Formats: sequence, C-alpha cells, structure tokens
Amino acid sequence: MSDQPIIVSASPHVHSDRTSKKLMYDVVIALIPAFLVSLYVFGLQALLVTGVAVLSCLLIEYLIQRYILKSAVTIGDGSALITGLLLAFNLPAGLPVWMIVVGSLVAIGIAKLSFGGLGYNIFNPALVGRVFLLVSFPVQMTLWPTAVENNTTLVDAVTGATTLGLIKEGVQFGQTITELSPQIPSVTSMFLGITTGSIGEMSALALLLGGLYLLYRKVISWHIPVALLGTMALMTGIFWYVDPEHYANPLIHLLSGGAVLGAFFMATDLVTSPVTKKGMVIFAIGIGVITVVIRLFGSYPEGISFAILIMNAFVPLINSYFKPRRFGSKIKVKMV
Amino acid sequence: MLKTFPKGGIHPPENKLTADTPIKKMPVPRVVYVPISQHIGIPAEIVVEVKQKVEIGQVIARSGGYVSSNIHAPVAGTVTKLDMIVDTTGYKKQCIVIRTDDKNESNYQEPEFPLIPEIAMAPEEILQRIADFGIVGLGGATFPAHVKLHVKADKHLDCLIVNGVECEPYLTADHRLMLEKTDEILVGIRILMRALHIERAIIGIENNKRDAIERFRERNPKGSGIQIAALQVKYPQGGEKQLIRALLGREVPMNGLPLDVGVVVHNVGTVFAIYQAVQHNRPLMERVVTVTGKKLEKPSNFWVKIGTPITDLLAEAGGVPEGTRKIVSGGPMMGKALKSTDVPVTKGTSGILVIPDDEASRGEPRSCIRCGECVDVCPMGLEPHLLMNLTEKSLFEKAAREDILTCIECGSCSYVCPSHRPLLDYIRFGKSITKQLQTKSA
Ligand code: SF4
Ligand code: SF4
Repeated sequence: MSDQPIIVSASPHVHSDRTSKKLMYDVVIALIPAFLVSLYVFGLQALLVTGVAVLSCLLIEYLIQRYILKSAVTIGDGSALITGLLLAFNLPAGLPVWMIVVGSLVAIGIAKLSFGGLGYNIFNPALVGRVFLLVSFPVQMTLWPTAVENNTTLVDAVTGATTLGLIKEGVQFGQTITELSPQIPSVTSMFLGITTGSIGEMSALALLLGGLYLLYRKVISWHIPVALLGTMALMTGIFWYVDPEHYANPLIHLLSGGAVLGAFFMATDLVTSPVTKKGMVIFAIGIGVITVVIRLFGSYPEGISFAILIMNAFVPLINSYFKPRRFGSKIKVKMV
Repeated sequence: MLKTFPKGGIHPPENKLTADTPIKKMPVPRVVYVPISQHIGIPAEIVVEVKQKVEIGQVIARSGGYVSSNIHAPVAGTVTKLDMIVDTTGYKKQCIVIRTDDKNESNYQEPEFPLIPEIAMAPEEILQRIADFGIVGLGGATFPAHVKLHVKADKHLDCLIVNGVECEPYLTADHRLMLEKTDEILVGIRILMRALHIERAIIGIENNKRDAIERFRERNPKGSGIQIAALQVKYPQGGEKQLIRALLGREVPMNGLPLDVGVVVHNVGTVFAIYQAVQHNRPLMERVVTVTGKKLEKPSNFWVKIGTPITDLLAEAGGVPEGTRKIVSGGPMMGKALKSTDVPVTKGTSGILVIPDDEASRGEPRSCIRCGECVDVCPMGLEPHLLMNLTEKSLFEKAAREDILTCIECGSCSYVCPSHRPLLDYIRFGKSITKQLQTKSA
C-alpha cells in the first residue's frame, strides 16, 4: 500500500464524470454558433459588446468576492462567463460601454452575489441586468442597428425597429399586417438571423443548433423549450387565426423577439428553473402565456425577459407544489 | 423492450472484470475470526469456550431471539479466543477465534455434492432447517431468511422472486454462482416454493448476464412454475422494491413489505445456501466473494470460509496494488470503506474492491445548482437536494414529512450530483436522527 493514508468515506465510492463546471462550459460551447452569427451581422460591435459584458462580469465577481465578501473567488466555475455572454446576447449592438458595465454590475452584484452567489439566486442574473437597463435607458436599449454593409467599422448610424416592434407600432397606428408586410423580413431571413434585434437573439438557426447541443449533452431537457415555444405558438396561433390582419402569425413570434434564445438558454437556467419535469412544464407554460400577453397587450413588443423573471419568482412555489411521486404512495395495490 | 423499474436509476460503468473468472476455492485459512453478529437483528449467543475443540459445521453461537441466526464453525479446530474485533461495518464486535486443525481431514477433504433434485422434506421441516442452519440474506442485507419466509395468515403470497440482478458494478459473485450452480439454484427455488406453498417463481437477471439467463432457460424443467426474466441493466434494480416493480408491476406501499403485495424476495446466493442446507445438511459456512479492482493483479471470485481475514483474500488475488487508497467491502455504490484489511469475511460480504488513488477521492463539494439531477435519478421519488438541505438546517421533522426514512441509501443521488454534494452522507445522518426522535416520542 502507498504511504498515503487510506480514505474511509461513506458510499457511494464512484461518481459520474459530470461536473457543474463541465455543464457550464457546455453552455458556453452552445452559444458559439449564435455568437458567430452576431459577428457576421454586427461585426466588431458585437465583439465589443460581448467582450465588455463578459470581462466586466468576471471582474465584478472577482472584485466583490475578493474585497467585499472576502470569500472564495469562483470566477473559474464558468457561471459568470455565461452571465456575461447571455447579458450581451440580450443587448443591442452599439450600446455605450458604460451601460454594459452597469448592466453587468446589476447582474452579478445584485442578482447573483447579493442572494448568496451561484445556486442561491432566484432570478436569472443576465435578465435582471438586461431588464434593469431596459427600464433605465429605454431609448438606447431599443436602438437597433441593422445589419451593417461594411461590418468592420463601428457605425451606429443605421438603426431600425425589430420585427415585433414594427408590427406592434404599425398595428397601433391602424395599419394591417398586409400593409406592413413589405417591411417584415421574410421567415427565412429571420430564421437565419439577418434582421435586427439583440446581439444573440437573431438567428433561430444558430440558437437551435446550440440548443440541440445542450439537449444532446443532457445539460437541459426538452421540457422547458418545447412547452414554452409550444404555448407561444398555440396562443399566438389562436389570435392570428381569428384576426390575421392585426396579429402576426405564430412563426414570426417564435422567430423573433428572443423567443428561441429565451426558451433554450434563459428559461432553462438550472438555478432559476424548477427541479422536476412536471414543474418545468408548468413554469414554461407560464412564461409562454405571460410573454404572449405582454407582446399582444402590453407596452413591450418582446416581453420574454419579463415573463421569465416573473416565473422565476414562482419557482420555489412550483418546487414545493410539483413534487415527484414518492415510491409506494398513492397506489392501488394491484395483484397480477 | 426488457422490463425495468420506471422511476429513476443510473448507469454507472459496469466494470465486471471477473465475469468470466470461475469461482476458485480459497485455501483454508489457519485462523478464522467469526463475529457473532453477522446478520441484522439480535447477536447470537456464544456457546463454546476457549480451548474447546469444534467440529466443522458445529453451532458455536446460538440464535439470540426470533430475528437472529445461528452461527456455525466454518472449520474444525480449537477456539483460541473470544475477542472484540473490528468487522466490515467498522464497529468492534464480539468474535470467536478458531485455529484450524491441520490434521483434521474434514477441513481439507470436502465431500462431493452430487445434485439431489428430489425434495424429501415437508414444508415445516424446510423452514425449521433454514432457521437452524444459519441462513441469512446473502445479497448484502443479511436479514435472517426464516423471518422473511414466515408468512402471516392474513397475507396472501403468490410469488417468489429470486434476485439475480447483481446491479452493483464490479461484483460478479452471484453471476458466477448462477453459471456454476444453475441446477442447484433451480432445486433451491423449488424447495422454497414448496415451503411457501406457492406455484410461481421468477428469477430476475439483468441482461448483461446473457449467459446466466440462457443457462437457466436451458436447465429449467418444463412446468416448473419458474420463469426466467431478463431485465434492462439499471442500478439499483437489485433493490427489493425496484425489482418487484420491474418484474410484476406491483409497487410495495410506502413503509410496507414485499409481502404486502404478495411477494417474497431472496437472493440467488441465499437460494443456493438453502439448497445446501436442505439437500446436503450443510449449514452456512462459506460464500462466494468477488475480489476485484482495476489495478489488482488477479481479480477473482473465491469460495471463502466465513471468518477468513480479508488480508488473505487480497494476498490470494495478487496483493494490494501500489497506489491503493481505498478498500471497500461490497460494491462501489453501497459498500463500506474499510479502515484496515484485518477484518474477516462475514455472511454479508459479497465483494472486496480496491480503488486506486485517482478514483478514491471525492470532488470538492460546490453549491447546489438546482439542476434536479438527484431528483431525476432517485428511485424512491425523493428530493435528495431538499433532504440534505433540511438535514443541514436540523429540520428533522420537516425531513420526516418529506419521507426521508424511505430512502434506500442506493447512492444514485450522490453519484450524479454535478456539484459533488455529499447528499447521501447527510441523508443517512438525517435518517438516523429522525429515527431516534421518532422512537423517543413513540
Ligand atoms: S444534483 Fe446536486 S446540484 Fe443538482 S439539484 Fe441535486 S444537489 Fe443540487
Ligand atoms: S435519496 Fe436515497 S433512495 Fe434517493 S437516490 Fe439518494 S440514496 Fe437513493
């Protein structure tokens, strides 16, 4: 036997090779396709926003843990990196750098660390950062640069409305969807991501690729994305069926306004979503319903960020209500 | 689709290194250390004295009550000491030390045991024999077999389940036994069916032991009432409740027993021991032990006399390899880590596993990221993350309401937790405190 003492710990004596760190880095990998699309569409602006968000999230976490909390520094676990990426993905290209830093500070400092750090936060940190910015700086946060022709310069001249914003405004001013249709991008270009919007929400295709990777790696399960997108499709579908001139078709809803990003990457955040599959489905249906209500009747065209945050607040309740069935309870003893 | 239990479960790497290694007889040890408490229940009472000569198979400690078991001399020899020694559970237990008699032929010339298929004994005699001959559950639980076979008049029993699942990684003792003692086990099952007055029995075997399944199907006589069922590979299918659910679709009620759904479950090893006791007059004195580990020179399956020091077993398997950091009695999922190898094999020792340095340490625990993996894999439908949390905060009453006591300690939750949370450690602790509180208030 070696000279080191033998270890006497309790069973089990083996462990699966999955670790939370690996899960986090899988999420980072899954975000790569969408990031590449944003680089293609927004050029250096996307790189700038993402870089600033990620660096400031990491730095803020480091500084707070090191100098204020005087606790162990956990920036290596990948979670601050993800918060930074997801925050950037929810911001428009061209947002002033200092605003990004403020968003990161809110995300990491308030939404994450003040709750006790990773695992204790109730709200999705990136979304808290984003919504804070949206409420504080509504103008800058809805200044959407369109796809730049020459994507190597940091231009901020060309701006346009997002698809949903466009429809919402048009319908409010009495236009019908048919009249608006020349301005609505084709489904194909929305699917590929050649439209306007936040950096990372553009390309449904790229996000789906990442989402499939997460499903394949079992980082997430299908329940939240399917239930969320399904609910949205069903609800917007009913409105569209009844009145297609004033309500956009479900495909437009699913492909824009961050629905895919929200369904695969934001709502599925492990910490802020329910633990059981049943709970996940309820949670996702809730997000879907709230999103559609905000989009159709509220004052924001996108709405999914708010919906997720609202449902985040219900997660503890969902967890205590939708428990797994205990083995041997609620059974009829049947003899075969 | 092969059958399995529906909720939870995991697929740890199987690592059945010794699946094709025939069982070898361990040489008779010079000294055996026989603890008087090798079963669940009341310890047996010692009925021999120091310096007394004992014959092989002689009762040396008598059952101490109903839930208890006789203990027999595994070798002929002389009692040299009545001592307190640490056993595989890590506690000091009273123990009878016997020095083997080198000249006594019965130690070295084991009788031949040709198959006896005809069963002569009446049901009551069989039950008495099982009680007298020290048979306990050999799957690891070591519950006295006669207690399990006692069916109260108000229970309707219709099926015997024979557990050949062996879902623990590494272990192959049951697998080899099924291959090498197929006919004996089939007779043993018929003995039990007779004793229990039932017509139906099912042997449940996971599909990673195809050869055993086929061997049983070949040897099983037509019209025996014995069914051979192949099961999907999934841990912890060897748990009684999971196995019954998998084979019959019946769910044992919470806090209930298999008998509540008309079933008695016995491990294949136990069934073989019962065959030996009833047909060959052999009390339980030896068992099959898998000695294994990735770095071990000669991973093996051994026939081992109860009381043989584990040091001897490891020496026979090539010695403890360089860099071993953990030695486990039992399988990697539910086994006990040993402080030292100077402990004897008991009736419940199914395997000895040596774990090298790089696999011995646990990962650094991190915060729970509420991923729900532990909830997904728990075969009992519990919420391990919540139970650990409640135990941490000493909220034992709440933990009891969350059914902490129904945890079967399978370890699936700790196995999967990506944050390396010591879930089962806490749950075990929570269980024991909850139990204490409940007995106090009762
Ligand atoms: S598996 Fe671990 S990290 Fe995941 S919910 Fe359970 S305790 Fe928390
Ligand atoms: S809580 Fe108990 S029964 Fe459930 S997985 Fe953990 S150890 Fe197994």
